Amino acid sequence: MAYTLTVNGRSLDADVAADTPLLWVLRDSLRLTGTKFGCGVGQCGACTVLIDGRAIRACQTPVSAVKGRVTTIEGLSDDGSHPLQRAWRELDVPQCGYCQAGQIMSAASLLARNPAPDDATIDREMSGNICRCGTYLRIRAAIHQAAGSAVSGPGAPVQR
Amino acid sequence: MLALRVQPAGPVEAQGFPMGTFETTAFIRIDPDGTVTLLAKNPETGQGVKTMLPMLIAEELDADWATVKIAQADADQSKYGFQLAGGSLSTPLNWQPLRQVGAAGRQMLLTAAAQTWKVPVAECSAARSRVTHGPSGRTATYGQLASAMATVPPPDLASVTLKDPKDFTIIGTTRAGVDNPAIVTGQPVFSIDFTRPGMLHAVFEKCPVFGGAVVSANLDEVRKLPGVRQVFVVKGGTNLEGLLPGVAILADSFWQAQSARRQLKVTWAEGSTADESSAGYAKVADQLGAAAPAMTMRTDGDVDGALKAAGGGVEAAYSYPFFGHAPLEPQNCVAEFANGRLELWAPTQTPSFALPMLAQTLGIEPSAITIHLMRTGGGFGRRLTNDFTVEAAWIAKEAGVPVKLLWTREDDMTHDFYRPAGYHYLKGAVDAAGTIVAWRDHFVSFGKNGQFANSANMGPDEFPARLVPNFALHASLMPTGVPTGALRAPGSNGIAFVVQSFIDELAHKAGKDPLDVRLGLLGATYLPAKAPAGLFPAFEPARMRGVLELVAGRSGWRARKTSSGRALGLAFHYSHMGYFAEVADVSVDAEKRVRVHKVWVAADIGSQVINPGAADNMVQGAVIDGLSQLMYETTIENGRAKETNFDAFTPLRMRQVPAEIEVHWLKTAGPPTGLGEPALPPIIPAVTNAIFAATGERVRSLPLSKHGYRWA
Ligand code: FES
Ligand code: FES
Repeated sequence: MAYTLTVNGRSLDADVAADTPLLWVLRDSLRLTGTKFGCGVGQCGACTVLIDGRAIRACQTPVSAVKGRVTTIEGLSDDGSHPLQRAWRELDVPQCGYCQAGQIMSAASLLARNPAPDDATIDREMSGNICRCGTYLRIRAAIHQAAGSAVSGPGAPVQR
Repeated sequence: MLALRVQPAGPVEAQGFPMGTFETTAFIRIDPDGTVTLLAKNPETGQGVKTMLPMLIAEELDADWATVKIAQADADQSKYGFQLAGGSLSTPLNWQPLRQVGAAGRQMLLTAAAQTWKVPVAECSAARSRVTHGPSGRTATYGQLASAMATVPPPDLASVTLKDPKDFTIIGTTRAGVDNPAIVTGQPVFSIDFTRPGMLHAVFEKCPVFGGAVVSANLDEVRKLPGVRQVFVVKGGTNLEGLLPGVAILADSFWQAQSARRQLKVTWAEGSTADESSAGYAKVADQLGAAAPAMTMRTDGDVDGALKAAGGGVEAAYSYPFFGHAPLEPQNCVAEFANGRLELWAPTQTPSFALPMLAQTLGIEPSAITIHLMRTGGGFGRRLTNDFTVEAAWIAKEAGVPVKLLWTREDDMTHDFYRPAGYHYLKGAVDAAGTIVAWRDHFVSFGKNGQFANSANMGPDEFPARLVPNFALHASLMPTGVPTGALRAPGSNGIAFVVQSFIDELAHKAGKDPLDVRLGLLGATYLPAKAPAGLFPAFEPARMRGVLELVAGRSGWRARKTSSGRALGLAFHYSHMGYFAEVADVSVDAEKRVRVHKVWVAADIGSQVINPGAADNMVQGAVIDGLSQLMYETTIENGRAKETNFDAFTPLRMRQVPAEIEVHWLKTAGPPTGLGEPALPPIIPAVTNAIFAATGERVRSLPLSKHGYRWA
């Protein structure tokens, strides 16, 4: 089946089976490998992307069910200048770095809904994203730091 | 990240590590446009070596860190020395040679400038990628000197002079991870992101029972499925660390290969491991633990006499379970075999161990193999073993096309090299003053014919050996068909729980503060070692006292208030040359829900913390990793791993993480040592000791969930 998806503002085609998870369309068909595979069962959050500004697990979303504009880590900003990307660099968050695209996309969705989340909210909203290296304290701090800046660009919520 | 148990039994060379040589010009590239490129030699698994090791070169090279470029070296020990992410060895093995490489490069640049300007070298100095001639004020950038430098022979590394540490401007300052910009924008930096032209995607089905073989499979049916290009049986062998039997499916995309795999039906010859289970091991351990030990590894004084004099002493059985690694990036490898040559893009921690296995399995010379080291999404010791590389290589050779092999999470959790379970049958005695006077550990572990299984061993000098006058360490072994291996801080991650818990039991028995009993123990007469002195300096009790006093002070241990349900717990451990003492503030509610509120860490890894910001991150991560080990396990049932994904084998999530983890560094004399591992072991007993203080329940086996605990 041919599917046309809007990914990072571009219209892209993929010829895949209807049950193919968005994750594998992004990674194998569209060569957008920033979105990661960690578990394939919705448990780790490594595959988190935004659809119309809301975080979803791309491994649990068949391509046939994708309605709306997809934003991946590659499209969060043009130049790595999204406040979350900046905060992640400034606080030197990553260890291995493998979870961080998913963490940032979950955080983008959170900040879009709640521009100044407290610790409890961050903990609740981010607990679907595993960091096997244990960088959670820096992730939390980076979200607070980014929350001090305005969120705009493709990572911002879509007004409907 | 890393894990490799290096026994302090001889120099690295004597342990069979190919040390290789350090070639200055391979590490430092200076282009005429002024670009200074430094090669990062070791696999990056999240431990920060891609940043930290080049910092050592840049410091002595007087390179401008802000403009330096870092490139990952391929595997080539004739240029880069021993390349390994393991054993917390990157710092100790490279601290001196990489600074020498930088100093040699600097000397070449100074010589190049002096020759160009026809002035004495001694009148030239370097700073921030620029050489200056003092008397004339003439300067040149490193780029401008690049072609002149190329004519200067590199000096002998042993001959160069290194900086006085007080002149360091890079070492000891925080430098952010060099791959951070690529990571936070989703650029392809991991091997899972790598592709080759014409590449097919491969999945590989192995027997769920360890070591099982393929009898038959419905290959023809699977071949007809969408996107599938090739399906074949890999005969494999019996070495669990090498190429094992299975069925390879190659397709145009991973999803097609994986979808086809769901239609695959294999009849397996499961073999005798199918009868093994965690429950069965525990039964055998109890029998062995009660019987006379098979081996004696150390005896000092008269344990029986001391126990009798103490009225029998305290007796306790401790155990910890099998445990997997589950790095977040599943195992994968890209392989291409053409014209008798193999090229691999691999997330391995040990390229030099992969090389001979690949050569032997494929029947080619090691010189016909190129391994590109890729950033890995975590290691924790899993990628010390190179099974996934040999699978990818074999499949690529057989298929005749480039292949990306990708394991699912289920493959990863069911085909790991698990931290082996361990069972310790202890007796000990403490006198009225709180001095530990007797200690016996009958360690029941895995192995056969008197040989411990991989990472199932314990050394004769393991603490508290040498500090208790009447001491015995015995061992008995049972066989296992389950593959075992090093998990971050191997050995130590289980042993610290046992030793630090039992010390706590003895302290409470004597009615003494657990801190005082530990300080007393560390001040006891130090008996001779049983193992010969090796590469690593022996444990120094005074250094452990230092971190223990530091953590006690920072956590307010002496002034602590214990209410019912909330208390502090204390523990320390020495491993990988690092001294760590940790305190945990823990509460347990009526439903046995556990919350770790805060952790204090005091650390001594020598005279320098090379990249302090990254070091704090690493220590906090190790504490969180240790906390994760408290609550779950890998259960062996019918010869296979029962937990297959993160629903059942779950690292700590953000809501379970302490609000704060304070890290305090104690700088002492001596070269800096590694940090990937030693922060992990103490947190486990620090928490279980706090649980005892808060509830009166002594946890003698892990995970906590077996005793009804869960995270709050
Ligand atoms: S890969 Fe999608 S949640 Fe883990
Ligand atoms: S940084 Fe390694 S999994 Fe998060």
